[in-house]
Amino acid sequence: MTNESNIAAKAMPPVPPLRYSTVALLVGLAALVVASFATLRLDWQPFFTREALASMSEFIHGFAPPEMAPRFLRKVGVATMETLSMSGLGTIIAAALGTALALPASGRFGKALRLPTRMLLNFLRSIPELVWASVLVIAAGLGPFPGTLALAAHTTGVLGRLFADALENVPPLAESTLRTNGARPLAVFLYGTLPQTAPQMMSYTLYRWENNIRAAAILGVVGAGGLGQMLKYFLSLFQMQQAATVIMAMLLLVALVDGISFWLRRVMMD
Amino acid sequence: MQLELINATIRHPGANNAAPALHELTLQVTAGEQIALIGPSGAGKTTLLHTLACAIRPHDGDYLAFGIDPWQMNDAARHALRKRLFLAPQTPPLPPRQRVVTAVLAARLPQWSLWRAFASLIKPSDPRAAFDALARFQLEDKLYARVDRLSGGERQRCGMARLLVSTAELFLVDEPLSALDPTLALATLAVLQEEAATRKATLICSLHQVELARRHFPRIVGLRDGRIVFDTRSDALTDAMIANLYAGREAATPAPPDLTPAATVPDVPCF
Amino acid sequence: MRQQNAQIVRDPAWRRRIVGTLIGLLLLWPMLVASEFKPWILFDEQSLNATAHFLADFLAPAHSLDFLRLVAVNTWQTVAMATAAMTLAIAGAIPMTLLINERLSLSRIGTGRMAFIPAAVRQLVRWLLVVLRSVPELVWGLLLVRIAGPGPTAGVFAIALTYCGMLGKVYAEILDSSDHFATRALIVNGSGRLNAFLYGAMPEAAAELVSYTIYRWECAIRGSIVLGFVGAGGLGQRMDESLKNLVGGEVCTMLIVFVLLVAAADGVSKMLRERLA
Repeated sequence: MTNESNIAAKAMPPVPPLRYSTVALLVGLAALVVASFATLRLDWQPFFTREALASMSEFIHGFAPPEMAPRFLRKVGVATMETLSMSGLGTIIAAALGTALALPASGRFGKALRLPTRMLLNFLRSIPELVWASVLVIAAGLGPFPGTLALAAHTTGVLGRLFADALENVPPLAESTLRTNGARPLAVFLYGTLPQTAPQMMSYTLYRWENNIRAAAILGVVGAGGLGQMLKYFLSLFQMQQAATVIMAMLLLVALVDGISFWLRRVMMD
Repeated sequence: MQLELINATIRHPGANNAAPALHELTLQVTAGEQIALIGPSGAGKTTLLHTLACAIRPHDGDYLAFGIDPWQMNDAARHALRKRLFLAPQTPPLPPRQRVVTAVLAARLPQWSLWRAFASLIKPSDPRAAFDALARFQLEDKLYARVDRLSGGERQRCGMARLLVSTAELFLVDEPLSALDPTLALATLAVLQEEAATRKATLICSLHQVELARRHFPRIVGLRDGRIVFDTRSDALTDAMIANLYAGREAATPAPPDLTPAATVPDVPCF
Repeated sequence: MRQQNAQIVRDPAWRRRIVGTLIGLLLLWPMLVASEFKPWILFDEQSLNATAHFLADFLAPAHSLDFLRLVAVNTWQTVAMATAAMTLAIAGAIPMTLLINERLSLSRIGTGRMAFIPAAVRQLVRWLLVVLRSVPELVWGLLLVRIAGPGPTAGVFAIALTYCGMLGKVYAEILDSSDHFATRALIVNGSGRLNAFLYGAMPEAAAELVSYTIYRWECAIRGSIVLGFVGAGGLGQRMDESLKNLVGGEVCTMLIVFVLLVAAADGVSKMLRERLA
């Protein structure tokens, strides 16, 4: 081993230079953050002055105790059913349409159709459910129906893209064998491709349903029925106790759906 | 007396009903001693080193480190005690994507404040110290290399370089030579022992290479099935005692250390 | 003989499939009723009129200079809202993640079990994170608009609260699933907890953490638009106003800008993730 005097005489290797682009990027990010806070001129007053804290705690106290009268609970129950149905139906429709659109989007009807279909799916999923609901309320009126359609539209985009990717990644052996043996394209799809991708597609669908129940709960804010519409109504009338019950119902519903989805996953994946 | 184990029984952490790893062990170590720990695989050498490092609490019996019982102290005081020792595990605990200079300088963390530690991540606070330590193992040109670009043996020696940079007065080293060829092993051991002697630090080193232990360490402790079989001066060690220690078990072939990089982080699911 | 044949021929999956289908249909009917699923409404005279009018307006996107300036200002406000909210969310999530990370527990070394107070604190923080992310951000938004009035403040805090919960959970998961051998070695040798975290856990987890955070920022931009619909300012609120006034042209322009914004954010996000992670 080299001894001390040899080491003291050694020169250290040069420090590797810092990449200019990384520094520029970090500076840019910092500038973005600073500019955001500066232009927004956030109003900290409502939260941090003494009067504000007092009025906030008064506001929060207004929520308790949550309204529990049986008649009211029945109304909440109906709204919960509406929300649950919106999410369920919307997801089912989206799964069907998504599968249908996934076929051209994965190139099975030719290369020409692939890109336009993918763009359509992108468009469908870029627009949030709430915006869809706002627009569809014009055509379908108020109530849960436009909510269902909005969920279906957005989720078709999401599931269509996921399904298309899954179809593109499926090992081609089963398909090509059936095709070589003369089966028709639809049969090839049903017997060769679908069995392989079905578990994954099912998993995506269940996962989107969990997401959609959260979305469905709030779509009512723009008039699309369900618990969201109730919440907005009671908040605008400053009836906090009723609003508290509705929020609790939302949380319970989300927990319920998460649980059912988890169980369904276990049952179907075995 | 620097370290004292009195009739200590140690269980594996979390395995409270299984058989203990170490049975009724009694061991006394004075400051500045250099001890080699030998024994077949599974004898409990690693567990013993961890116990001496205050990383495992004895189930029964006592342990006194630097004259105090660390397990009677509160968490903060015990943690302050840990700054005086350095435990070097068999697998070098170096994050694969980190640069060697940062990995070696991590030895200084017990002395650094949070700000200094953070600043040193961006610009290493004392690269010369890391450089000198690496140079003693002839790894000085790897100063700014990434840990995952090093070979297994190089990584093991980097772990040793970290020990050199630390300010500990008790070195607890677990199989530091398992990935090194005989020449390199000899040289690495020499640096370790030289450093311990200069600093007047205590060195307790577990080894599979029995001959190296015999030739270079004044005191040898033999462990088997969690008990001390012998604790003698190396010139009083006979071949028969060694054969007895390893009887019926695999001979003194080193188990290769696990030098595979850490498992990759799984994909985070999308929204 | 024939009985034996009949037994061999029956398909074991048949019964389950029939039962499953029946249950599915039984559930489907109430769903259709409860959600008032009446597709024919779309085609009745009133709806068709409204739709036709709106579409006619819609297909002529508004492009007056004043309006475009308004859209630009609001687009920046949306981006600013998302960025500010993410900054606050990260500032809140980091300490909470570090608190609940068990690898950094000092009381756990040696005994395998955490002392009572640290364990209780960790559990409380976990519950707090669950509450923060369970309440939909729109609900936070509605509440905050009541407290702070309409405008971006409500939106920023609504997103910050929800995302703090999400980031805290995912950061903790990423850290838990990464290798903690290096961190433990540093702590056993007397290093402070945070120092050990910086030198032991961060090198491996940093890439994944940064990647997820950038992805969440992209989601925050979409979230800001949605929150605008309950009065939190930005492009969303302008879109809500135009929809309520049935000014299709303005809605069209804003939708186009929105799709472009989301695509741009997606692109920036991809580029950042490649560079930083």
